[in-house]
Amino acid sequence: MIVIVDYGLGNLFSVQKAFEMIGADVKISGTAEDIHAADRIVLPGVGAFGDGMDVLREKGLDRALTEEVINKKKPFLGICLGLQFLAETGEEHGEHKGLGWIKGRVRKLDVEKQGLKVPHIGWNELSMVRESPLFADIKSDADFYFVHSYQLDCGDPQDLIATAEYGEKITAAVQRGNIFATQFHPEKSQDNGLKLLENFIRWNP
Amino acid sequence: MLKVRLIPTILLKDGRMIKTRQFGQYRDVGNPRTVAKVYDAQRADELIFLDITATVENRHFLFDIISAVAEECFMPLTVGGGIRDVAQAREILSHGADKVAINTAAVERPAFISELSKKFGNSTVVVSIDYKKNAKGKYEVFTHRGTHATGLDPVAWAKEAEKLGAGEILLTCVDREGMMTGYDLETLKQVTSAVSVPVIASGGVGTIQDLVDGIVIGGASAVSAASIFHFTDQSIFKAHSHMKEKGLSVRK
Repeated sequence: MIVIVDYGLGNLFSVQKAFEMIGADVKISGTAEDIHAADRIVLPGVGAFGDGMDVLREKGLDRALTEEVINKKKPFLGICLGLQFLAETGEEHGEHKGLGWIKGRVRKLDVEKQGLKVPHIGWNELSMVRESPLFADIKSDADFYFVHSYQLDCGDPQDLIATAEYGEKITAAVQRGNIFATQFHPEKSQDNGLKLLENFIRWNP
Repeated sequence: MLKVRLIPTILLKDGRMIKTRQFGQYRDVGNPRTVAKVYDAQRADELIFLDITATVENRHFLFDIISAVAEECFMPLTVGGGIRDVAQAREILSHGADKVAINTAAVERPAFISELSKKFGNSTVVVSIDYKKNAKGKYEVFTHRGTHATGLDPVAWAKEAEKLGAGEILLTCVDREGMMTGYDLETLKQVTSAVSVPVIASGGVGTIQDLVDGIVIGGASAVSAASIFHFTDQSIFKAHSHMKEKGLSVRK
């Protein structure tokens, strides 16, 4: 069973329906118990970094996630804010501590002086930095849907899988062992996104 | 590189898809779910649903439509129409919308923009601005589906909305809506130059070149249209390929 972690923010409906579309057994849950019972864990998210982390901590979900993902090495997929939570720190509305699974900081996109709009909203093409089984059978310059104002600066270049160009190189996907995360929304990226989710449910890191 | 977005707008009333001209002259044009599936298959970049159902009893049609579309179409959905508080926005999001569009309630109580953006993130909040020429021949923001004058200037209001936490502006010229004579490029350009959030141009597309003009001349990040996809033989495919021919970066 795949558990989609619910912490009260964002559109979980689409993530659930996308997994159901590819035939996965999926459950939305906000309990530590279900995270412990899951085979695979998905952490989606829209909203603010600090508020989201506070909810994860209040519900004890940060500890459950760390136990299952870091210690037991269950396959993990973070989406959008779910990628940013992996960082050590986030700078949205003040400095906040993240899960710290991936080295780096989350900071505001610094592109307005180039005349670019923030948030970065829309379809952008990826540029692959390293191969990953999660991108199997997906074209290396495929378009995915982004919507965000903050991005992760990777502390360890080895974790970076793909970037997108928006005035600067934006971290689009990271992977460290059994931890994989995307800044874009696979559940909103039509066929390319569904393919990535399919790769995730078959992935055995 | 970020691609320009082509976004069909689906106007809803009591569970049906309708078309209007200058916000009047309603015409039933079909089943919104069927139309959404076609746009999805033709690789529209996003969809916007605006519900103008007047009665509370008929609001459930909107939720049914959004859920049904979100189950089948894995693309971004913006939904607006009558959203007046955080609870209503949450309900729309929980039925599968990714962004909410607010209009009248934002003008009546601008703090509402900040409440939503604080709760759901500013990229979830689209402030929809309808404007038309007033009796003095000056463009003015109107609410309540174009019927209530507000005294607001569209450019000033767009800037204010951005400051309060809007993540996107949906800018509709009521005088052009459904008329198929092209966008009001002048106001569009003023708004896109004044704000640093993306602007979606709306109202007036009659040819696929109008879409290109909205981006190249108007400075829009996204272009929306409705009539052209219903009443002419122009499809999303043709529009995308024309935009590409004209040198715009569109999705593969």
